Amino acid sequence: MTDIPVTAPAKAPKTRTGQFFDSDLWWSFKNSKPAIGAAIALTVVILAAILAPVLSPQNPYDLASLELWNAELPPVWMEGGQMPFILGTDVQGRDILSGILYGTRISIFIGLASVVVSLAVGVMAGLTAGYYGGWVDNVLMRVGDVLLSIPIILVAILVSSVAQALLPPELREAGISIVLVLAIALYSWVQYARVVRAQTMVERRKEYVQASRLVGTPARRLMLKHILPNTLTPVFVAATLNFGLAILIEATLSFLGVGMPPNQPSLGTLIRVGNQYLFSGSWWIVLFPSIQLCILVVAVNMLGDWLRDALNPKLR
Amino acid sequence: MTAQSPILTVSNASKEFDVSAPWLNRVLERKPKLFVKAVDDVSFTVPRGSCFSIVGESGCGKSTVARLVTGLYATTAGDIRFSAGSGGEPVRVQMIFQDPHSSLNPRWRVGDIIAEPIREMKLRASEAETRERVEELLSTVGLAADDARNYPHEFSGGQRQRISIARALASEPELLVCDEPTSALDVSVQAQILNLMRRLQQELGLTYLFISHDLSVVRHMSDTIAVMYLGRIVEMGPAESLFNAPQHPYSRLLLGTIPDIHAPHRDRALQSGEPPSPLDPPLGCAFHPRCALANERCGRDLPELLSVGAATVRCHAVEEGRAQETSVSEAV
Repeated sequence: MTDIPVTAPAKAPKTRTGQFFDSDLWWSFKNSKPAIGAAIALTVVILAAILAPVLSPQNPYDLASLELWNAELPPVWMEGGQMPFILGTDVQGRDILSGILYGTRISIFIGLASVVVSLAVGVMAGLTAGYYGGWVDNVLMRVGDVLLSIPIILVAILVSSVAQALLPPELREAGISIVLVLAIALYSWVQYARVVRAQTMVERRKEYVQASRLVGTPARRLMLKHILPNTLTPVFVAATLNFGLAILIEATLSFLGVGMPPNQPSLGTLIRVGNQYLFSGSWWIVLFPSIQLCILVVAVNMLGDWLRDALNPKLR
Repeated sequence: MTAQSPILTVSNASKEFDVSAPWLNRVLERKPKLFVKAVDDVSFTVPRGSCFSIVGESGCGKSTVARLVTGLYATTAGDIRFSAGSGGEPVRVQMIFQDPHSSLNPRWRVGDIIAEPIREMKLRASEAETRERVEELLSTVGLAADDARNYPHEFSGGQRQRISIARALASEPELLVCDEPTSALDVSVQAQILNLMRRLQQELGLTYLFISHDLSVVRHMSDTIAVMYLGRIVEMGPAESLFNAPQHPYSRLLLGTIPDIHAPHRDRALQSGEPPSPLDPPLGCAFHPRCALANERCGRDLPELLSVGAATVRCHAVEEGRAQETSVSEAV
């Protein structure tokens, strides 16, 4: 019996982008109004944050540009409001809009950085625990369980106040954002580790892993090249949802006063400062940063929810 | 092919799996440790260039034997020995897996899947030579060189099994362990794959250790057949003698299950029951609860391996001559 190899009709070689626009994911995105809305909102927010030095009428970090007679101006459409302070000013004469744009930058940076750090730690821990099993698995996952059993705010307060005490004063301001990132990552790596571990335990039993073991592939390469790519889908979803969560945690910490200091305010710091003037009638100082935080987190979460559904083959 | 020196000698190999509850549960619920003896005291030799098959129901330990031979599992007791390969270096063993859907990494291109053994074992000096070798392997198994750029999900089950074979051949093995290579395929495709495997055996001088539950597939391929039941080999012999004159009652039961197109309503002895749990194997001969010939001795003593003509059998009834009373002729 001879076998005639059947060749498929010649396909145009696909580029990576071409593949993406051909994929189910893009199709699902095009057909999901909430996802498109969230993506647009997120793009606007992120672009505005990136372009903050260009867009904002004032550099809120530059104390020389603040004039006290501009303090507590209401938004322009209200009586007493004046340009260029579109959303009004705070008690020190700082432009609210500029504060929001710069604050969003910090919030996004801390959210992103903590996702990256916890992703790296969590994926490594999950792969190792799932692949080796036994006591390695037990130790890693029990450490994670213990971390999760302490409320994250407590952990973060502990970490950042210990770090504040230990860091020399000249490093304190520069180091605070890094300390925040580590504090948030300390908590959130456990989720990635759990997701990756569960998937790894499934994958490592599959025959393609055994086939690779037969030719003597070392464990590290088995984990990184064979198993890891097959665990990434749920990790993506978890990372997106955690990005929103990380921004919120940072805001909470800043609101409680253990986060970003008022001279390099994140959205949470702006809300904390503004909160003190809420009852004196200057509602705009707290309202606008809150709205921005809300838009940012809701957009990220909506994208995460969409991604979770789009990548779930059972829901297609 | 004449009987040559064995390429593989398995002597008294056993494999136990620890299936105990987790440590904490054991301590709290006072459960003992629990072991399953998946393979129990299995011995056989595989002559170079032949095809040795192991048949049996699911759960009888045949896939465990395959994984013991390839080294994916370590034996609990006993010994697995390879003779020196043709070039003096150790024999290379490769494996073809049952499920062509899970045996190929869905995120890798076919070319990379086949090239993996070549790259891992550094069998070719350069990337260009590796790619050339991959194309050669693809054409050996009847696929096009272009297929190397595609992903596994773009292929049918039979094509994937060809890819799997190409990957196994990439490391230039002398012994191929085939764990039910056709049981996930359509019957028409099964024949193609089996023919391909026979052709490769002749062209490359391969030795096969062939695991299957499908006797008609095994008959097509094998020189020697071993029948396994609950971790033990109950009968072993040349393929034709086993098909024409099966000795062990379990072998007869297996042969009786093959559908016969010429006698669809032939009078077959109905035998019920299923294999007992390997967690709690019966005393004596493991088959005695299902065996029509069983007597009190079968439930007490474990039968020894006994030579009957060219075959070896583990059965008291055969030893005592009780097995002759039942007819054998209807088998295939």
